[in-house]
Amino acid sequence: MIIGLDVGGTHTDIVLVGDNGLLRKIKVPTDTAALFKTVLSGIEKITENIPPEKIRHAVLSTTLTTNAIVQNKLPPVGMIISGGPGLDPVLFQTNPHYFTISGSIDHSGREIEPIETTQVEDIARHLKSDGIRHVGVVGKFSARNPSHELQISEILTPHFDKIFLGHRISGHLNFPRRIHTAFLNASVYPIHKEFFEAVKASLHQKGLSIPIYILKADGGTMRFDASIDFPGQSILSGPSASVMGSVAFAPADKEIIVMDIGGSTTDMAVLIKQTPLLCPLGIEIGPYKTLIRALNSHSIGIGGDSVVRLEGTALKIGPDRMGRALAYGGPVLTPTDALFVLGKGEGGDREKSVQGLTPIAQKMGLSVEAAAFEIFDLACQDILTAAREMIGRINGKPVYTIKEVLENYQIMPRHIMVIGGPAPYFAEHMEQISEFTALKVPQWSVANAIGTALSRTTCEMTLFADTQKGIAMAPEEAFSKSIPASFTKKDALEMGHDLLRQKALQNGADMNDLDVDVLEELEFNMVRGFRFTGKNIRVKLQIKPGLIHNYKMITDKISAL
Amino acid sequence: MISAKHKTGLVFFPAFDWAISPTHPEREERLLYTQDQVFEEGILDIDGITEYKAGLVDIKDIQRVHFCAPDEPSVMTKSHFISAGGAKTIADAVMKKKIERGFALVRPPGHHAMRVVHGGRGFCNINNEAIMIEYLRSAYKIDRVAIIDTDCHHGDGTQDIYWHDPDTLFISLHQDGRTLYPGSGFPEEVGGPMAAGATLNVPLPPYTSAEGFLHVIKELALPILEEFKPDIIVNSAGQDNHFTDPLTNMNFSAQGYADLTRLLKPDIAVLEGGYSIEGALPYVNLGIILAMAGIDYSNVREPDYNPENLRQSAQISRMVEKTCDTVMSNWRARQLLRNRMKGGKAFDKRRRNIMYDTDGIYETQNETIRICNDCAGALRIDSSADTGRHILAVHVPRKACHACQEQGLEWFDGASTGSYDAIFLQNRVDDTYLIRKK
Ligand SMILES: [Zn+2]
Ligand SMILES: [Zn+2]
Repeated sequence: MIIGLDVGGTHTDIVLVGDNGLLRKIKVPTDTAALFKTVLSGIEKITENIPPEKIRHAVLSTTLTTNAIVQNKLPPVGMIISGGPGLDPVLFQTNPHYFTISGSIDHSGREIEPIETTQVEDIARHLKSDGIRHVGVVGKFSARNPSHELQISEILTPHFDKIFLGHRISGHLNFPRRIHTAFLNASVYPIHKEFFEAVKASLHQKGLSIPIYILKADGGTMRFDASIDFPGQSILSGPSASVMGSVAFAPADKEIIVMDIGGSTTDMAVLIKQTPLLCPLGIEIGPYKTLIRALNSHSIGIGGDSVVRLEGTALKIGPDRMGRALAYGGPVLTPTDALFVLGKGEGGDREKSVQGLTPIAQKMGLSVEAAAFEIFDLACQDILTAAREMIGRINGKPVYTIKEVLENYQIMPRHIMVIGGPAPYFAEHMEQISEFTALKVPQWSVANAIGTALSRTTCEMTLFADTQKGIAMAPEEAFSKSIPASFTKKDALEMGHDLLRQKALQNGADMNDLDVDVLEELEFNMVRGFRFTGKNIRVKLQIKPGLIHNYKMITDKISAL
Repeated sequence: MISAKHKTGLVFFPAFDWAISPTHPEREERLLYTQDQVFEEGILDIDGITEYKAGLVDIKDIQRVHFCAPDEPSVMTKSHFISAGGAKTIADAVMKKKIERGFALVRPPGHHAMRVVHGGRGFCNINNEAIMIEYLRSAYKIDRVAIIDTDCHHGDGTQDIYWHDPDTLFISLHQDGRTLYPGSGFPEEVGGPMAAGATLNVPLPPYTSAEGFLHVIKELALPILEEFKPDIIVNSAGQDNHFTDPLTNMNFSAQGYADLTRLLKPDIAVLEGGYSIEGALPYVNLGIILAMAGIDYSNVREPDYNPENLRQSAQISRMVEKTCDTVMSNWRARQLLRNRMKGGKAFDKRRRNIMYDTDGIYETQNETIRICNDCAGALRIDSSADTGRHILAVHVPRKACHACQEQGLEWFDGASTGSYDAIFLQNRVDDTYLIRKK
């Protein structure tokens, strides 16, 4: 049995799944101020009277680190940046304790200027006296040569609790994003560590010593112990929980848009034959653009609790939210109130919705029911428009080879899956007014928690080989090895496979879930002075997001209900 | 946070699967390190910089500019369709005001491709800039265009295409033709009878550095642009003037290229040559992109950059100044030159030999232009190549007068298919391209 727990803005969903399908499900209000209590009591409740040894593990998707970033409640950290020529790294400043130092490495990994160790020592003293305990260190092109970051780290190690090095974060080239990612890792580290250690300890006390996994923004999981070094991986896991939940019920041969209608936003993503599309680089949160792998999800400010206004004669929904719907005692009219008026609300006070809508309906010269329908219809139209724009953006992504230009691969989803909110009503109406066919998601109200429970462990690996220099390296994995001049792309792929499998297992993957997928394989002849001097080889591999190998047994039972 | 002062678009098409031959300078690896640099600097994340996917040009786009023998697909590869397509994509984005300026970082290059194409010359088969410009003239209300070619080699292809067009100002800065391929581009090359002075050549002595280049821009190009009043400015942004380029002998730098771009303010830049793929291109391209976007580039620097070593001699400065003076007087005297060249003649003729070094083809052209006071004049090119192909190419210019349109038709209809493999009529008035064959 596996526990899936997904903390949302208003509700926390917890499920227990096993060979007999969905065994238990619970929905409890989220107490953002006491997240620990919400999580712990949720796990306790779902495991009541279940022998602990029957539980394989628990996967948690929380808003802990996301909220800390959004609410700007991050503890102070230190950042040490070595940029060299190019854009001034001050432009990417993340926090007050942000220091740029000398040192430079070029695109080939060649050292152009050494770092000055005394400069680093001075900064270390300064940070220490300011009570800083966690530091991020990032150099330009450190993904090609990590020596400067390692050198700086050696100086810092005796004085600080934890140091995050840029080259361990990602194999992608993007210095500003590497800075932002290192900063977020260092910043959320104490919050993440403290929280999960507390969860583990409390569960242990209660006799529930089960392995804990976290859900990541890329729709994959990672063992909590492994996430300590990459706490940023826990940021923005919310959207991926829902998407993975829909994967469980998506037909194997179709392209689908998943729409998760929440309180303040609707999040959208695309599934291609049960695999969610990933975004090219990483999540963007607040002012931060990162290299944290994430699903290609798009969010618009239209949800059940969005503010509904009449601007002149035109209705407008969102993008802001001021509270819950009038029907639930909230302050302003929302699409949820429109649903109440249309007789599709649950649990609230329809009369309050009618009262709130009446002045608008009068101005529009409509009955309240007709006005409610207009609002509901507009919300659906807005979501569909955003979905079509998202598809356009995905198809407009630049490609760099003739082969790709000529193939001109375009996605053309013809189906939608709607979860969250009052999903069935939205799905039905959107099907009527669009080119899309709506597919059913069984258990749509806890699909997010089911997705959390059933997701497999994912990871990515970048290998770079230069036969002229005779070296293959994957700085992200702290790997480098001498290679012969005869080294080929095939050798690089094999080497990459091994490294990726090792990484996946370390992160908690099941032996049966190690499907390796090639993201990039490039091989260039290097010619200097009109003569062939070697090969420049680049491979990028991943364990792509998907469900654990025996998920079908579980989901078939859920669908059969 | 960082944001672009000028909304700038990029098309990046490195054609990672295309080369002229495995060890040719124009090979797969050429833009690899530029990509590394652009990605690592996070350029594409900058607010106000947008990357576009390169589109493809179609045969019709090519037929507005070229006469391809025997036909378009035979003289080009798929990569050429995309490279020119990238320039077209950027131009569209500028015209639709999605961006203020754009840079097509595409390969293969195009500025050595002339109006008639029998094959590849100077690594070029079709002229990316000309195809883009003629597309703009057909699709949008674009009339006057200025092309500033800052590649180290003379842009002889672009010059050939616009030789008779008074509405296209072509200024080429390049290493002196006596010391470098293609061996042309002297100040006396000023354009044909209807367009003299709209072609301006500024040969620069070997080892000219930033000082010389910027002198030409400030003292010559900018004042002439001011007078010419183009609807758009296009920069053929070759990067082989760099001090590390293996094919040339100049002393230009990334800082210099960025300064040049800042001063010139091109609406559209299109990459041309540049073969110092590790030591120059990553930095020059970065400098150009930042300068276009109006972002501080003062810290962009090549690893081996030492401005002291790159200073030009006083003698070079004097030579550059003298050349600028000569070229400026050609510009000033353009009306006089045109009148003198027309000289009361009905037609003007020239005979030329053209070498296609990349494909090893030799072509002979007999060109006839109708001297006209009302338009750019109908043009007839009788071209034979040692491939055995013999074609007749008739070009009716965009704003052709009635008489020149008639003349074009007469040449086209009157020629005997027995004498030619193909007879072409490129009619820019109604944007058609007709072919007659045996
Ligand atoms: Zn050149
Ligand atoms: Zn005429």
